[in-house]
Amino acid sequence: MALAPASDNASTSPVVSVEDLHVLFTTPDAVVHAVNGVSFALEAGSVLGILGESGSGKTVTLRALIRLLPAQRCRVEGRVTVAGHEITSLSETALRDVRGTKIAMIFQEPMVALDPVFTIGEQIAETIVRHEGAAHAAAWRRARDLLEMVQIPSATRRLKSFPHELSGGMRQRAMIALALSCRPAVLLADEPTTALDVTVQIQIIVLLRQLQRELGMAVVFVTHDVGVAVEVADRLAVMYAGRFVETGPTETVIERPAHPYTAALLTSTVLGAVSGHRLEAITGTPPDVSLLPMGCSFAPRCRFAVDACCAATPPEFVLEPGHSTRCHRVAAGEIQLTRPGLVERASA
Amino acid sequence: MVEVPAVPVSPLDAAEAVGRAQQSKGYWQRVRTRLRQDKVTLAMAAVLALLLVMVIFAPYFTLHDPYDGSVLRRLKPVGTPGYWLGTDEVGRDLWSRMLYGGRLSLLAGVVPVASALLIGGFLGTLAGYSGGLVNSAVMRLADVLYAFPSVLLAIAITGILGSGLRNTIIALTAAFVPPIIRISESVTTQARHLDFVEAARASGAGVLMIIRYHILNNVLGPILVYATSLISISIILSAGLSFLGLGVTPPHPEWGLMLNSLRQALWVDPVICAMPGVMIFITSMCFNLLSDGLRQAMDVRL
Amino acid sequence: MSAATTSHPLLRVDRLTKHFPVRGGLPGRRQVVQAVDDVSFEVWAGETLGIVGESGCGKSTTARLLMHLVRPDSGTIAFDGKTLGSAMSRRDLHRQMQMVFQDSYSSLNPRLPAAVSIAFGPLVHGVAKPAALGRAADLLQAVGLDPVVFANRYPHELSGGQRQRINVARALALEPRLVILDEAVSALDKSIEAQVLNLLLDLKDRFDLTYVFISHDLNVVRFISDRVMVMYLGKVVELGPVNWIYRQPRHPYTRALLSAMPSMNPRRRTMAAPLFGDPPNPINPPSGCRFRTRCPYAEAICAALQPELAEMPGEDGRAIACHIHRPGSGHSRATQAGLAA
Repeated sequence: MALAPASDNASTSPVVSVEDLHVLFTTPDAVVHAVNGVSFALEAGSVLGILGESGSGKTVTLRALIRLLPAQRCRVEGRVTVAGHEITSLSETALRDVRGTKIAMIFQEPMVALDPVFTIGEQIAETIVRHEGAAHAAAWRRARDLLEMVQIPSATRRLKSFPHELSGGMRQRAMIALALSCRPAVLLADEPTTALDVTVQIQIIVLLRQLQRELGMAVVFVTHDVGVAVEVADRLAVMYAGRFVETGPTETVIERPAHPYTAALLTSTVLGAVSGHRLEAITGTPPDVSLLPMGCSFAPRCRFAVDACCAATPPEFVLEPGHSTRCHRVAAGEIQLTRPGLVERASA
Repeated sequence: MVEVPAVPVSPLDAAEAVGRAQQSKGYWQRVRTRLRQDKVTLAMAAVLALLLVMVIFAPYFTLHDPYDGSVLRRLKPVGTPGYWLGTDEVGRDLWSRMLYGGRLSLLAGVVPVASALLIGGFLGTLAGYSGGLVNSAVMRLADVLYAFPSVLLAIAITGILGSGLRNTIIALTAAFVPPIIRISESVTTQARHLDFVEAARASGAGVLMIIRYHILNNVLGPILVYATSLISISIILSAGLSFLGLGVTPPHPEWGLMLNSLRQALWVDPVICAMPGVMIFITSMCFNLLSDGLRQAMDVRL
Repeated sequence: MSAATTSHPLLRVDRLTKHFPVRGGLPGRRQVVQAVDDVSFEVWAGETLGIVGESGCGKSTTARLLMHLVRPDSGTIAFDGKTLGSAMSRRDLHRQMQMVFQDSYSSLNPRLPAAVSIAFGPLVHGVAKPAALGRAADLLQAVGLDPVVFANRYPHELSGGQRQRINVARALALEPRLVILDEAVSALDKSIEAQVLNLLLDLKDRFDLTYVFISHDLNVVRFISDRVMVMYLGKVVELGPVNWIYRQPRHPYTRALLSAMPSMNPRRRTMAAPLFGDPPNPINPPSGCRFRTRCPYAEAICAALQPELAEMPGEDGRAIACHIHRPGSGHSRATQAGLAA
């Protein structure tokens, strides 16, 4: 299986490298193939957006990068290397050292990361003390600086606040401050803006972009919202049934989608639609990942499907450097995917 | 106006659906399936069923009249020919006494719980659904009764009413009504706030329709589990009351009463003395495990 | 669209207010959540009115007030000219107006099969059980689910999209004229959302329905609505035809809201957020105009006086609650042509 290169420049080694990742969940009834052969490489300072619906495996992929999956029920195969550490083979203690320092994660729900019984100042300072061995006073000062960095007003006062005393957007910022406290090289973001109001969501997106540039972090950002992915990501990977069906620079994937699922996602949503007329909805339902069909997993819902699609799992075809797809018909030039209409925002 | 055709069923929806059509199971059917797979519960149910059969059809399983005593036959040991469990202190066949006694003991175990379930369940559900004043009135009443430890309450009531099986049942019912009110009210209050109950109100349904279609079927499960766990307590309590002389009176056979009267045999033949206790233990244990099994089966993750 | 030529709106809401007391606190200092405050609007037969706003704006409470699941503190609701409470009873209202809830799972009784859930409404209103179940089967067909397969399914055996279709069928069982959709597609995957939106459009034509579509998703509201109402902290800030609202928003909050939508163009990303911070707490809303604490054009008049929702002169069918757009209000920009489009 060809490894889609993340960039043309092969001299800088990627800070995140995933090779043929498979994650299987064993349940009493069936084996669920949550992730079926995901490979990618991420350069330092670049943002990869993983776009997919529920059940696509995007969250599982993210959690595999930091090994946050329950060990009893799942089996992880493949190699994951982050900032020089091979995550899949590290011991628990070594892993704990890597988490928080080299690689950090932010979540959809900030209360997952924030302990309700400690003030946010205490939580951030504790992380700094634990990982960097700094003195408590120095850690406290760093915590205040971090709160200012994430643009929480009255940072000094907020250090002594408990999570429930903050509004939703502030809590999200506090969680980001906590994640960035030890300056990780890689930030994993699991739908951090999904639960937020629109006006708060854009603030967090802009903030994350700024921080990412300032700190030079590599970010893997998982979302189901196309608009958010477009705002945040340099490169997009569209995920379906546990595989990347298309990867490429954001502009390319949005303007010239190279997989029927990507095109359908862009045209079936209300973004590309004319008001009052029926949408071109994708027929059928998202796949049952415990019973994946033979061949291309999107074939049952794809209007371009032919018999060859169901024969074997299509490999990744490189259309041009940096842009690859898993559709053999697109790769062979047999079908042209219409360019979806872009919706312009109302000018402010 | 142009007739717009119905939205066609996507072939995938239909295929997926047909594949799962056979599995369409309601909640209670799934509970039944899980119960059938639980070996411990099945064993307990079997033991109880056997006991029930033997106790109901006691005349067919015994040779002697449980009231027929003879001083000559006092305290015969286990294994005496014709009296295979021995005799009690008045010479009555212990095996017969046990089986006939089982009738009264089981009755005193199950009937109070069933009555309390009806009374307490009704009051608790009403309180839980109504909220406000009705709720406060019912719950405070339950609190008053709750203030008394159940044993003391039962003793007090039988003390006032007098001994005998009927009064024992009344006393135990009174002791069990408050906790059942409490749990009924609690689950009903939770159910009342669920979206589908609001949707039912939005359909214009009145209180009775909503309780009948939406509340009861969601609330019965936890209440039933709790009630079955009370049965074992009821058996022990009724035995205790009889032991104290406040329940069933001699010469009727009843396990608790037998425990008391056989105390004299402690130094003569301790085995005979312990036997009613063993029966109480076994029965109570069976109901307990059954209730546990029921609770586990009902804990179906949806 | 319906060819109705009635002179009055199908639904008219006048000065609806609901304040929820916050539990606890001393008797003299009890706080209230001003969830919905003096809200007035109309819905005309055959149209779709979209209601947008962020958390705390009161749109869900408005939906519940319309359905009379919550009693308003003051204000009137009139359906087809008849005022609720006097000319029309609650039961009658429910025959005319129904609601689809957001959480497709918790809005269905897990112990009832789909057909019974749908048939419940007719049963309540006296329809015999066989007839009610028959109607349920027809409705299942209408929402795109094969009754043979789905009539006896339980909620846990259905996907989110299927459950939401059942919820829609249930709402239609009483043959209402108006359906309130409270975040009805918000919890669905985008591809399923598209299917359900198509279904809603079809049903609207087929059964001659009127919709009130509540959502926080601006794109969906734009797609499905004819007119849009924007709410902020319990009040209506702007109301008008969908294209005008989205292309030429006037109220500062509407402008901020629309420009906060993520850009779909990777070459023109959002550089700065239009607003800072979260929507404030509806327990202690700011005095005067509630948006003034985050409004870039706020002045003294905004803190002193609450702007009334008023029709814009010269723009029929458009109303806005902002001092800038009321000549003579005292706002420095009010003398000019308001905020330039």
